[in-house]
Amino acid sequence: MIAESRKQNVADIPAPPFAFEQNLDGTQDAVRGALAVFLDRLAPLPLSDDELGVIELVMAETLNNIVEHAFRDHPQPGLIRIRCQYHSNNLHLRITDLGDAMPNSVLPQPKGFDIDVAVEDLPEGGFGWGLIRALTGDVSYARSGPMNITTMRVPVGSA
Amino acid sequence: MKLSAKTEEPLQIVSVIDDRIDAAVALEFKETMRQLTEDAPATVILDLSSVTFIDSSGLGAIVATMKYLAPDRTLVLAGLTGPVDRVFRLTRMDSVFTLYPTLEAAVHDQELL
Repeated sequence: MIAESRKQNVADIPAPPFAFEQNLDGTQDAVRGALAVFLDRLAPLPLSDDELGVIELVMAETLNNIVEHAFRDHPQPGLIRIRCQYHSNNLHLRITDLGDAMPNSVLPQPKGFDIDVAVEDLPEGGFGWGLIRALTGDVSYARSGPMNITTMRVPVGSA
Repeated sequence: MKLSAKTEEPLQIVSVIDDRIDAAVALEFKETMRQLTEDAPATVILDLSSVTFIDSSGLGAIVATMKYLAPDRTLVLAGLTGPVDRVFRLTRMDSVFTLYPTLEAAVHDQELL
């Protein structure tokens, strides 16, 4: 009798949402390895190669920004934590680190590039946030005490 | 960062052997390109057909190579895979470079110029 009712209770619990956390050191080499692990962990999701490419690019830009800016003046690289959740055709990403805050504690506006310039004046950097904003929705940044919290949503699987 | 280069006047072809040009190798790529193209002829074709991932640092390194070669020499790009093409399109760098779908198309077209 008891076993029977327990069984029923288990069946009533909805399937857990797809979610995981991943930590990495804030270095460029660690970012490369972490991206491979991250993509592997997405394998259970029905994502196309195209979507995986977008996700890899978004994560690379976000993580490299942290390595290059938040940890720039840190003698030892800090830890970066990624939380990934998937529901309703969206991948929700939350990336936190204990590095320096964004300038003025706000998200940088993507630079509007003037590409109609002489070759020697072409920009060699500053592309990162433009790429992130073009490929994601609901990008947010907050400074909470010593912590940077960046969140974004990557729409996937919209047939 | 593995690159291979061969010169057939008036072209030099540099092929990227690795499959990634990312932040971890962007500086090395830029430096190696500089060395390989030091005595380059008027046109350098960068064959990217093996590259399946590039980030903004990698893109910046390619732009830096183009700037290094200018004004006397020019860099054209061949064999962009989907993910590489995406980065060039979204940053509008596709309008700055001459792009060819394949190395063969680039060589053919450039030899006619």
